[in-house]
Amino acid sequence: MNIDDKLVLNLFHVDREPHIKINQEICRHCPHKLCTYVCPVGNYTLNDDGDVVFSWEGCLECGTCRIVCDQGALVWDYPAGGYGISYRF
Amino acid sequence: MNNTEKFDVIVVGAGPAGTTSAYVLAKAGAEVLLVERGSYPGAKNVFGGILYTPILNRLIPNFWKEAPVERHIKGVKIFLISAKNAVSIGVESEVHNQPPYNNSFTVYRSKFDSWYAEKAQEAGAMLITDTVIDDLLWDGNKVIGVKARGESGDVYADCVIVADGVNSLLAEKAGLRKGFKPRQVSLGMKEVIELPREVIEERFHLTGIEGVEIKYIAGDATQGIWGGGNIYTNLETLSVVNWLSVDPLIASQFKAVDLMERFKDHPFVKNYIRGGKTIEYQAHLAPDGGYDFTPRYYTNGLLIAGDAARFLNASIHYEGTNFAMASGEAAAKAVIEAKKKSDYSERSLSYYQKLLNESFVMKDLKRYRKLNHFAEAYPEFFSGYFDAITQMAVDYFTVNELPKRHQEWRMLKTFRSNLSRYHAGVADGKFRHSRLKRAFLRICPLTRFIWLCLKGALAFL
Repeated sequence: MNIDDKLVLNLFHVDREPHIKINQEICRHCPHKLCTYVCPVGNYTLNDDGDVVFSWEGCLECGTCRIVCDQGALVWDYPAGGYGISYRF
Repeated sequence: MNNTEKFDVIVVGAGPAGTTSAYVLAKAGAEVLLVERGSYPGAKNVFGGILYTPILNRLIPNFWKEAPVERHIKGVKIFLISAKNAVSIGVESEVHNQPPYNNSFTVYRSKFDSWYAEKAQEAGAMLITDTVIDDLLWDGNKVIGVKARGESGDVYADCVIVADGVNSLLAEKAGLRKGFKPRQVSLGMKEVIELPREVIEERFHLTGIEGVEIKYIAGDATQGIWGGGNIYTNLETLSVVNWLSVDPLIASQFKAVDLMERFKDHPFVKNYIRGGKTIEYQAHLAPDGGYDFTPRYYTNGLLIAGDAARFLNASIHYEGTNFAMASGEAAAKAVIEAKKKSDYSERSLSYYQKLLNESFVMKDLKRYRKLNHFAEAYPEFFSGYFDAITQMAVDYFTVNELPKRHQEWRMLKTFRSNLSRYHAGVADGKFRHSRLKRAFLRICPLTRFIWLCLKGALAFL
């Protein structure tokens, strides 16, 4: 099952502003780009130029990227009250 | 909210820890504000699947008669799996079909946490949702309230209990805890999979509202990464979980999303979930229980509880919800004592530490403190050894023309050579053991196996 097929099942209230901000300049020089492996929704991807691209729409606010990023490229916060994922189960 | 309004206590986070605090405090007559960032309690919460309820059943006797529980868990089946082989052991009891149902129930957190917060409200606590607490308010070295995002602004209290979960930004801002390292957390992924009720009951041998847990320990469930998999039975769904210790996950270079799919496709997993339809996907971090990474649990006017304080029994028991409730109750009791003296200083709140030390929370954290070190030091235990053990079991029951004694010798020889192969294992292009040790392991691989099994059992069971 594809991750996009899973995420359409979830209820999100997507905020206009991302709650996680990445500094692409730092990411460009990141030796491991671990966020692209550990994110359980695959929100961090590499584009054709090898840059890390982040989309916050399907974020489950788990916190894994915050723990594995040791380059200081992330400003991680919770979405505004009521926004983000709302689990039904 | 009126800015001049002041509460006795503000509790941040309406999960099992925070709501227990709010409930106990409100019952004791304190003015409590319970703050939740989701649209309803449970909206942001993920757990494997079992709510452990010894504390809850003491606070609200026979809660299951009114709470939205799914099934009570009468037993567990534990699997060791390799790519092709499996060994399993089941434990279940008819006694667990009677109250208090072994204090184990499957629930949906969105429903249960909302119900529990309602009980706290009935007891007199005030609940506000959709509200993120961005920071604490300080007067010198003392916490005097919280700073809410948006219009609510600053709210004051004599004391704040922080129970905002594993990512607790507040505990870090207060300096009570540092940011986690990858080795201190696990990533859990979970799918809620819908199946007709009769199919679940037939497939898992259940009557009525009985339920079971299927537990897979590392091995091929996680491609050898320290972690595991679980299937929990709800009334009309299964909760299918794959969890991975983040440090070995990073080292493996597997993608977490792929590991979840591999787990669901595994020959010893897929038949349980066959024909099911995924209706929700969840993921969250869990603290790997940290006696040795213990944060400070309190300071002037502030206490932390639940996952925020790393209270989780990361062993074969893997209990989080009752650690949350126990710590939430202990925090509330400490605040009630502090209120009697009107003294919310660190010294007064140290009663919290005393209560924790006396309860199962600190005792169990201490007991299982070595597990993570063990998993880190001996990765072969959860991969190669599981292959060897399951192969041996399968060889023992293999039917052929050989006399059984020959077959058993063959089994032992294969087992021994499998062990040797794993001992000679290479990590990062280097042998993991010195030349001398490799020579020793080649001659007597069983010695190390037995030694590691004993050590593992002590850390894990």
